[in-house]
Amino acid sequence: MSNLIILPIIFPFIIGAVLIFFSKSSRAQRIISGISALLMVGISAYLAVLAFQQDTVILESGDWVAPYGIILVLDNLAALMVLITSILAASCLFFAFGTISKKREKYYFYPFYFFLIVGVNGAFLTGDIFNLFVFFEVMLLASYVLIVNGGSKYQLRESFKYVILNIFGSALFIMAIAWIYSVTGTVNMAHLSERVAEINQPGIVTVIAVMFFIVFGAKGALFPLYFWLPKSYYGPPAALAALFGGLLTKVGIYAIIRMFTLVFYHEPLFTHKGIIVTAAGFTMLLGVLGAVSQFDFKRILSYHIISQVGYMVMGLGIFTPLAVAGAIYYIVHHMFVKTALFLLAGATEKITGTTDIKAMGGLIKSQPVLTWSFFIAAISLAGIPPLSGFFSKFPIILAGFQEGQWVISAVALLVGLLTLISMMKIFGYVFWGENKLTERQNNMSVTNLLIPIAPLVAFSIILGFAAEPIFTYSLHIAEQILEPSNYVNAVLKE
Amino acid sequence: MINQPNDMMFRVFIRLIAIIVVTFSIYLFFSGHNAPGGGFIGGLMTAIAILVMYLVFGTKTMNAALPFNYPYMMSIGLLVAAGTGIISVAFGYPYLKQFFDYFQIPIFGEVELTTALIFDLGVYLLVVGSAMTFILSIVEDDS
Repeated sequence: MSNLIILPIIFPFIIGAVLIFFSKSSRAQRIISGISALLMVGISAYLAVLAFQQDTVILESGDWVAPYGIILVLDNLAALMVLITSILAASCLFFAFGTISKKREKYYFYPFYFFLIVGVNGAFLTGDIFNLFVFFEVMLLASYVLIVNGGSKYQLRESFKYVILNIFGSALFIMAIAWIYSVTGTVNMAHLSERVAEINQPGIVTVIAVMFFIVFGAKGALFPLYFWLPKSYYGPPAALAALFGGLLTKVGIYAIIRMFTLVFYHEPLFTHKGIIVTAAGFTMLLGVLGAVSQFDFKRILSYHIISQVGYMVMGLGIFTPLAVAGAIYYIVHHMFVKTALFLLAGATEKITGTTDIKAMGGLIKSQPVLTWSFFIAAISLAGIPPLSGFFSKFPIILAGFQEGQWVISAVALLVGLLTLISMMKIFGYVFWGENKLTERQNNMSVTNLLIPIAPLVAFSIILGFAAEPIFTYSLHIAEQILEPSNYVNAVLKE
Repeated sequence: MINQPNDMMFRVFIRLIAIIVVTFSIYLFFSGHNAPGGGFIGGLMTAIAILVMYLVFGTKTMNAALPFNYPYMMSIGLLVAAGTGIISVAFGYPYLKQFFDYFQIPIFGEVELTTALIFDLGVYLLVVGSAMTFILSIVEDDS
């Protein structure tokens, strides 16, 4: 037992509540939120070390024993996700200081930013499926506010779709929970795992598993429920689009990985190698085709989120330690690189005032740092060695060939190529070519925006050059989550 | 809805009804935790009483009579609820562990007091604050 596990949830919660008092003063809000975001990074780094030393740490909140009470479980996977979340949150927050409008600051931007993090961290840490639902709702409610705030016509129309789809998803979620409860009589994940193993996952449980897959697939933008993503991530300002793009879909993916390694792992031929791999293939292919067809900076990046979510799920679907380790590595890589790309798109937008890549050109002359940061992040995303994208795709595709999953592996390779094409399209239009900027735009400095992006780009390089230790760590996590008894024993203390 | 000439009955009775509703909401608040009731339902009922008064007396009068900053009330509620959990952490127990004991209080006799009651107070403030914030911001939008 360790009370520290509650910190990633309760600390942003308290900061969010305190920030409501300062909604009038943008300076006080910036100071408080900036310091707390950095503190969060420290806390979550400490927790990651703690999880690495002790494997699985649990907290039975209110002293109610599992499976009756609500428990929080910190294993290596959850600790890693919490750590990345806090790094991304800090980066996007500091980026927001330079780009967010005064009006948004006054209308509770910062409190809801922290409540969003409460929901995300809670979803990673909870060991109870009903609580997972609750934290999903906390996260979604905060995201509704953040996405709607500003109230332009486009934003209202697209966020309406976002809200409707997510409310529908939440309704399905609660139905799936009711269903699994009626079959197994518990909502504690470890207890669920034990009971599903006892009855050896009969047909009805597999149906529920597919239901959960649909629910998390809608939140994680998987085929065929990804249509909401590109448009709703287009509306909000860059700092938020980056945070949403890097973080929110990954919570859905995390939930899929958690449920399909801990509870529903008895019928891998049908659920993993059938449904998940198929959905992954279509998600990758259609996502990247969407990206290739677009000529808008933010839209291209949004479509790439979809195609890359496919890789992560593909790793889970192949379901060997190597593939799952690849998927975890991919999540880490994707969260850093995608957020960096979105923030770079935001910085470019600040200079040029548009997101249409055909209207831009020649930024390389006036903004060399911005250009090369983008270049590193872009080829990393496409999977060029020695950057992180290569080392995360390699194990997934390798495992695919080892397991005889020829079709999906071929699709994954093709998608990598198309990703490169669309990234080079952006690079060619925006940074190369003749200079289309005005004099004033040429002299604009965005150094204050590049500083928060720098750590993310640096991480992408580090993840590539230090692939060996990081991959060993991912493999360690993969082996841990593929052996559900670790989790079950830690929670139920048997 | 403001200053309708013939809402005499409404205006007279509402003073009585509001008192009854608020009293009952306080009763619900205290009966919570081990019996039906608690901070959420109590807070909701208090919010209803305040709302009915807003309906009768109009926003201007009521804002002067009850000068609360409802967003701040929400925030205080959140902090009180979260703070209760932290007290148990300070004593080395798991987060949100509740403590209780029985006390002899004049008039009421033996009463069970728990730290969960403070948590409920946080919920109560949060519910009153958020319900009032929602509705008042819609009302102010209209005028």
